[in-house]
Amino acid sequence: MEKQVATFEVKKGLAQMLKGGVIMDVVTAEHARIAENAGAAAVMALERVPADIRAHGGVARMSDPGLIEEIMSTVSIPVMAKVRIGHFVEAQILESLGVDYVDESEVLTPADEANHINKHDFKIPFVCGCRNLGEALRRVGEGAAMIRTKGEAGTGDVVEAVRHARTVLGTVRRLQTMPDEEVMALAKELGAPYELVKETKELGRLPVVNFAAGGIATPADAALMMQLGVDGVFVGSGIFKSGDPARRAEAIVKATTHYNNAKILAEVSRNLGEPMVGRQVTDIPEADLIAKRGW
Amino acid sequence: MLARLGAQVREVRLPEELDGLDGLVLPGGESTTIGKLATDYGLIEPLRAFGQTKAIYGTCAGAIFLSKDAERNQPLLGLMDITVERNAYGRQVESFDVEVPVPALNGLADGDPPVRAVFIRAPLIKTVSGDAKSLASLPDGRIIAAQQGKLLATAFHPEISGDDRFHRYFLKLAA
Repeated sequence: MEKQVATFEVKKGLAQMLKGGVIMDVVTAEHARIAENAGAAAVMALERVPADIRAHGGVARMSDPGLIEEIMSTVSIPVMAKVRIGHFVEAQILESLGVDYVDESEVLTPADEANHINKHDFKIPFVCGCRNLGEALRRVGEGAAMIRTKGEAGTGDVVEAVRHARTVLGTVRRLQTMPDEEVMALAKELGAPYELVKETKELGRLPVVNFAAGGIATPADAALMMQLGVDGVFVGSGIFKSGDPARRAEAIVKATTHYNNAKILAEVSRNLGEPMVGRQVTDIPEADLIAKRGW
Repeated sequence: MLARLGAQVREVRLPEELDGLDGLVLPGGESTTIGKLATDYGLIEPLRAFGQTKAIYGTCAGAIFLSKDAERNQPLLGLMDITVERNAYGRQVESFDVEVPVPALNGLADGDPPVRAVFIRAPLIKTVSGDAKSLASLPDGRIIAAQQGKLLATAFHPEISGDDRFHRYFLKLAA
């Protein structure tokens, strides 16, 4: 067999290597170095963290390729970057830079309200957000090699991350005990490809790695998501919007590894300084909710 | 995969969890993360002691962690006489899979087909010396698997393609 690049197994494979890890949003090369030294499994390179995108308003787009390249040359761990939902040209640009993963992200302003990117067209793997199993499997159907539950980015409020993780994982559990003849009806209800629903039933989990994102701000938040059953966590604004980013980053990495060890969780939660200020999701007007972007 | 092969397995995050084990798998991931957490939770010396008598199998980042030199300042176990270069094949877009013959695995499967090796931001095993020996290499000669006594290292991920021969080979080393 000739050498093959970019098979779906290779794309899914990198996400396998991130399992049990923390992916951190960084906006400068210096942040990226702090993240790597703290034990991050990967970094997400972007111009503004979600909390600032929220505060700024306006249209949020793919970051400057110069910034992404600078971060890529600074760290040895994988570098991810975000594109707008449906903006396949931004994805082509990131692919040409050689980033390790593209996040087709609701945190940026969507470029297409009807269609997501056909991710099968790319050599580079994609991660996409979801709120429920149907949304997750639609993205996998389009070629996503990794899924993250959306939560509500830039809030520091974990409630939506919990809701979305429970919804996805709860539906998988329901699917597992379901007789085969009911699977098609569930696929219809979820609006998800039947073959992928069947595969999820057989595997007893999503066919790709599933992280949690959106609102994780403390070591305890990270461990909570891990105990709920996700494979790892994204931390966006939670680290670099806090009082002592290096310390908090390291604490969240340790909490994600030792998520079942309350003693270690207590230890790493000590003296972390100010957490990000945060904003309660229930105080945010419906129209400003980020998780609703995409379908 | 080891559980499917009949082994009793558990995860190790702290030194005391090594007690009673016959073998240990150091998985893929980021070797910088593995090294940092192993250092902070006092696992480096217990792992070095474990590797003196017990079997260890390192895949990808695990292979880097077993090596004595990764051309970079990061915590390593230094148990195997191999040197590695991290991300030697490039970034994720250059990740690939390929079939390679591995003579050491002969007899573990009918007809001894080549192993389908999946390389993900993989390291290169640059040199093997001392008691370490090469088990497999790419057609261009680059080494992708090595063994030293009960210590086993592969730059790629056999578990991803579902081929269990390296894991069976490892269980024999651990037994």
